[in-house]
Amino acid sequence: MQEFRLTVGPASFRLLSEWKKPLNQMRELYAEYPAADIPDFTVRLEAVNALRRFIRPSAAINGDYMLPDAAPLPIEQGLLALEMGMNLQMALGWRRQMILHASAAERGGKALIMTGESGSGKSTLSALLGINGWRFMGDEFALIDPVNGEAVPYPRLISLKNEAITAMQDGAADIRFGPLMKATPKGDIRHMVPPADAIAQMSKRANPALILFPRFGHDPAIRDMPPSETFMRLTQASTNYVALGEQGFEALTGLVQNVPARALDYRSGEEAMELVEKLWEELA
Amino acid sequence: MSNPHGDASILVDALRDPETVRQLGSDGWTALLAIARAEQLIGSLAYRLEGQPMPGGVAAILEDARLNAEYQRRSALWEANRAAAALAGYDGKVVLMKGTAYVAADMKAGIGRHIGDLDIMVAEGDLPLVEEKLLAAGWEWVKEDEYDDAYYREHMHELPPLIHKERDRMIDVHHTILPKTARPKPDAEAMLEDAVPVNTVSPEPVEGRAISLSIFCPEDMVLHCTAHLIADGELDGGLRNLWDFHCLIEAMFASVMDGNEPPDPIWVHDQTLGPLYRRAKQHDLEAALRRAVRLADYCFRTCKSELALSDRLFLRRLLARNGYGQPTRKLTRLGFYIRSHWLRMPPFMLARHLWTKWRMGRKKSASDAG
Repeated sequence: MQEFRLTVGPASFRLLSEWKKPLNQMRELYAEYPAADIPDFTVRLEAVNALRRFIRPSAAINGDYMLPDAAPLPIEQGLLALEMGMNLQMALGWRRQMILHASAAERGGKALIMTGESGSGKSTLSALLGINGWRFMGDEFALIDPVNGEAVPYPRLISLKNEAITAMQDGAADIRFGPLMKATPKGDIRHMVPPADAIAQMSKRANPALILFPRFGHDPAIRDMPPSETFMRLTQASTNYVALGEQGFEALTGLVQNVPARALDYRSGEEAMELVEKLWEELA
Repeated sequence: MSNPHGDASILVDALRDPETVRQLGSDGWTALLAIARAEQLIGSLAYRLEGQPMPGGVAAILEDARLNAEYQRRSALWEANRAAAALAGYDGKVVLMKGTAYVAADMKAGIGRHIGDLDIMVAEGDLPLVEEKLLAAGWEWVKEDEYDDAYYREHMHELPPLIHKERDRMIDVHHTILPKTARPKPDAEAMLEDAVPVNTVSPEPVEGRAISLSIFCPEDMVLHCTAHLIADGELDGGLRNLWDFHCLIEAMFASVMDGNEPPDPIWVHDQTLGPLYRRAKQHDLEAALRRAVRLADYCFRTCKSELALSDRLFLRRLLARNGYGQPTRKLTRLGFYIRSHWLRMPPFMLARHLWTKWRMGRKKSASDAG
């Protein structure tokens, strides 16, 4: 087994793999991230069986926490498999903060949190903000400290899908990308290294100031969202809300009572950025 | 880099004697945590290591584990409460089993324990009524396969698993503690007869009718654990079952010995445990009990029992996990896998079962491909 250890925000990982290549890709893309002494989680990429280590290699995603029916991925998508394994550890095992399936960005010490279903564009929007004057905090999980309500950065690699890949490639010259992985179970995927300030400040927290529910592909519109609806949607977006018990309930009620929320429909990245800036001026 | 060739002894040592963790370096801790998670003993370990000096990163991980164990305890008791409410009006005993029973009765075995499904036992003759009430309260069948369904009903010690459609939690309804086809025949009637009430999870009465849940008497609790560990299955989760066993038997001793430490090694003191051994004979589980006692002594007590040659094989299987958290010793595992089928079914039936399963597998892959 090959091994690579890394720290992303408050969490650290030991990545193990029977194949060198995906780990080397991770090493390169996560080069600026701190190492880990005693990692919080272990992720293992293992051959489905001995034969499949060499012939049409197929990697099962295993580790401390596993899904019984998780489909293996071809080894060309090993990088994606490792990222999925890391997400799974966080979603199932992390208890130190409340996890929201959301992206986040910071400006002026305050955090914007964006959540929505797959395809809503939350990941792309956080990447766009990250190269337009905001500090990128994460594209997958927003971590909320249950004691003081602060958002804790989790700036893993940004996972770009389908059209978002070309959009970002054209957008900036000095960005580093991982390999383009075509036709994965989630479509075409290419990982992007977050901007340098996002990595350098990965332990700098921020107070949530605005919650957005973006939706890509609709005529531009902004809708108020009452705390009750925000609360219900965020319980759905959290992977550990129930496990945190009363602590989780208090963290979430605190969040929705103190932070304004809006639903935001948009048709293009530019349009969304304009609307986000406008709402931020008004509300944050 | 942690040693990939090690086995789970590091976990057994830490559970037996928490001070052994003081010698661990970063790699030792990393291996211990991965093994404990894979064996679903991280919660038990977290409580066991409370008060030991440890690196800050480890303390945070174990704090997470305790928080998670508390969540599992809370949801297990709530699930028991919901089952009791669903069974209101049923006059027979409903016995909580395994983890849920340990936490309901506030036992040492329940501290930090991982709890997944809810396991209950009722009289075999009452199964149709119990099933009907659970279905009416929102539980549904997990797999709707005629062969599996019929197999469960004819040969197993439990109904096919049910899952609650809103809470997404499974319930296993047992009528005895070993498959009907296994050679030992536990006295299920006596187990129900002697089960004792446990009041911590009783729901509000439904339409004026309350139901009180029960747990096995202490001897049967040990023997159910024994059957689960030694006489059934392929020893998956074996270390956790052995730790349960150890905690249960210590608690039993504590009650007999009036709080004094149990003598070493336990198994020579058959007289103190007389009622347990008599009960084991009644359930056809005497040899299994002796083996479990020897293994638990060996792993979790300072004065070690003499292990028989076959015990060494069990030990080899129980410890088959490396510092990466991977299962190891494939041949030993395979051996115990075959043994689990052998224990479960007479040879002819086993052959027929494997044949049917193989054909179903082929049909399925043919239809998947098409």
